[in-house]
Amino acid sequence: MSLTLSDIQRIAHLARIRVTEAEAEQTRDQLNGIFELIAQMQAVDTAGVAPMAHARDVFQRLRADEVTEPDRRAAYQAVAPQTEAGLYLVPKVIE
Amino acid sequence: MTQHTIKELADLLASGQSSSVELCQDYLGRIAAHNPDINAFITVDPDRTLADARAADALRAAGNAGPLTGVPIAHKDIFCAEGWLTTCGSKMLANFVSPYDAHVISQFKAAGMPTLGKTNMDEFAMGSSNETSYFGPVKNPWDTARVPGGSSGGSAACVAAGLAPAATGTDTGGSIRQPAALCGITGLKPTYGVVSRYGMIAFASSLDQGGPMARTAEDCALLLNVMAGFDRRDSTSLERDKEDYGRDLAKPLAGLRIGLPREFFGAGLTGDTAKAVQAAIEQFRTLGATTVEVSLPNSGLSVAAYYVIAPAEASSNLSRFDGVRYGYRTPDYGDLTDMYEKSRAEGFGAEVKRRILIGTYVLSHGYYDAYYIQAQKLRRLIAQDFAEAYRQCDVILGPTAPTTAFKLGEKADDPVQMYLSDIYTIAVNLAGLPGMSLPCGFDSQGLPIGMQLIGDYFAEARMLNVAHQYQLATDWHARTPAL
Repeated sequence: MSLTLSDIQRIAHLARIRVTEAEAEQTRDQLNGIFELIAQMQAVDTAGVAPMAHARDVFQRLRADEVTEPDRRAAYQAVAPQTEAGLYLVPKVIE
Repeated sequence: MTQHTIKELADLLASGQSSSVELCQDYLGRIAAHNPDINAFITVDPDRTLADARAADALRAAGNAGPLTGVPIAHKDIFCAEGWLTTCGSKMLANFVSPYDAHVISQFKAAGMPTLGKTNMDEFAMGSSNETSYFGPVKNPWDTARVPGGSSGGSAACVAAGLAPAATGTDTGGSIRQPAALCGITGLKPTYGVVSRYGMIAFASSLDQGGPMARTAEDCALLLNVMAGFDRRDSTSLERDKEDYGRDLAKPLAGLRIGLPREFFGAGLTGDTAKAVQAAIEQFRTLGATTVEVSLPNSGLSVAAYYVIAPAEASSNLSRFDGVRYGYRTPDYGDLTDMYEKSRAEGFGAEVKRRILIGTYVLSHGYYDAYYIQAQKLRRLIAQDFAEAYRQCDVILGPTAPTTAFKLGEKADDPVQMYLSDIYTIAVNLAGLPGMSLPCGFDSQGLPIGMQLIGDYFAEARMLNVAHQYQLATDWHARTPAL
């Protein structure tokens, strides 16, 4: 497997990271090096092995449907790039 | 005074020979003198530290001190601490003052332990040399031309240099153990789920685990007593009875069965590191332990599986950095997609972007089974290897890292070489087992060498016992670099 420049641009768009043409070449070469390392995995026969998603067998705990969090909107919005009237400001998304 | 252990400082405070304010002033003085050379701290805030110290002294005066009240500690800048700049080593969070405390931070606050500062780290904990930090590399106190390891490089370096008696770290693929080895200190990654991840900025959530970094195993036990415990705010926190991790420290090692994985003593392990680990094995035999060869046949694939699973989880976790609710936003943008793409391109460094791209790719349509599911299957095989080995032994011993501290810049342009620094540590995270590193010698250039102990699930007290008995018989852990 070998990634092309257009693969890099497609992945970068999926990841919402702008990659310039100059960066794309270097990124392609480095990612291809990393995928060579990862390719070692493909040599192993894992038929019948159950995927392990997690180190321990854990399950999601349930709790009573009650309000547990205090209102800290002002503190959380204080670290936002742009807010107004208690709302987060972003460019217009609906015409 | 600054080369004391946590235990010694606690005794000084308990006997009234020193106050917390005096201790903190002493450490702050050393930080001011040496941090410009070492760069172990991103943020130091003496007013806050001294306010913590005065509160600790008041608690003691009122007769309400706990065992570690007044002993200061530094925190890796991955832990959110209310009112402190919490950057995770990234431009993305360069202005983020946390509005809340991580669980680990609230535990140390409740214990009355002042915060000395926030330590430098690889950006979002992605790195093995501390060179990916937006705030510049940390220098190894044993040789400032060399790296301290990573990602908890600032924590390891500040303890080694005596700028803090102990520090917190986090370990996703070796990020506590490898820098502990390269800086000549003792560090423990607990069993996955023992320490809450609430407020610990997420990298790869099924692997991330916080733990203590200190001068001795005894100190790590005292600190783990503070850090560990159930927290319902972390859905993977384990509900277990509180335990005293120091309860077995004094037990003799007669009858201990140490497993030596043949895969850890192969062609990759050479020179001074091999000799030092062999000498440590001899020391354990003198202390009454027996050794048995074990095999971890799939451990050689752990780096490959890790570089699928960790980036996959990272690409998902780091999608929260979008320039909307917190963190960096590009000054110049058009529509929403443009704002996301530019903010993330400018806010993340090269290594973080590489890993997000790898993760995005392996999770994308058509590649998910070949990469992500295959890696998870290997993860099970790796965990089963350990389970098999623990039928024959109590702890596993080997090297922590293939080499001692390497030169700054030596591996910075070669991600694959950098990733192989964690070849002995990564399998432990994939299995979710506890692992620790402790000093076991020096190479011919005077750089520290670490050995790794790997325990079965929840064997922390036993591992700390093994490490403590070794440290009673040796003095590698007590050596300090000349600054």
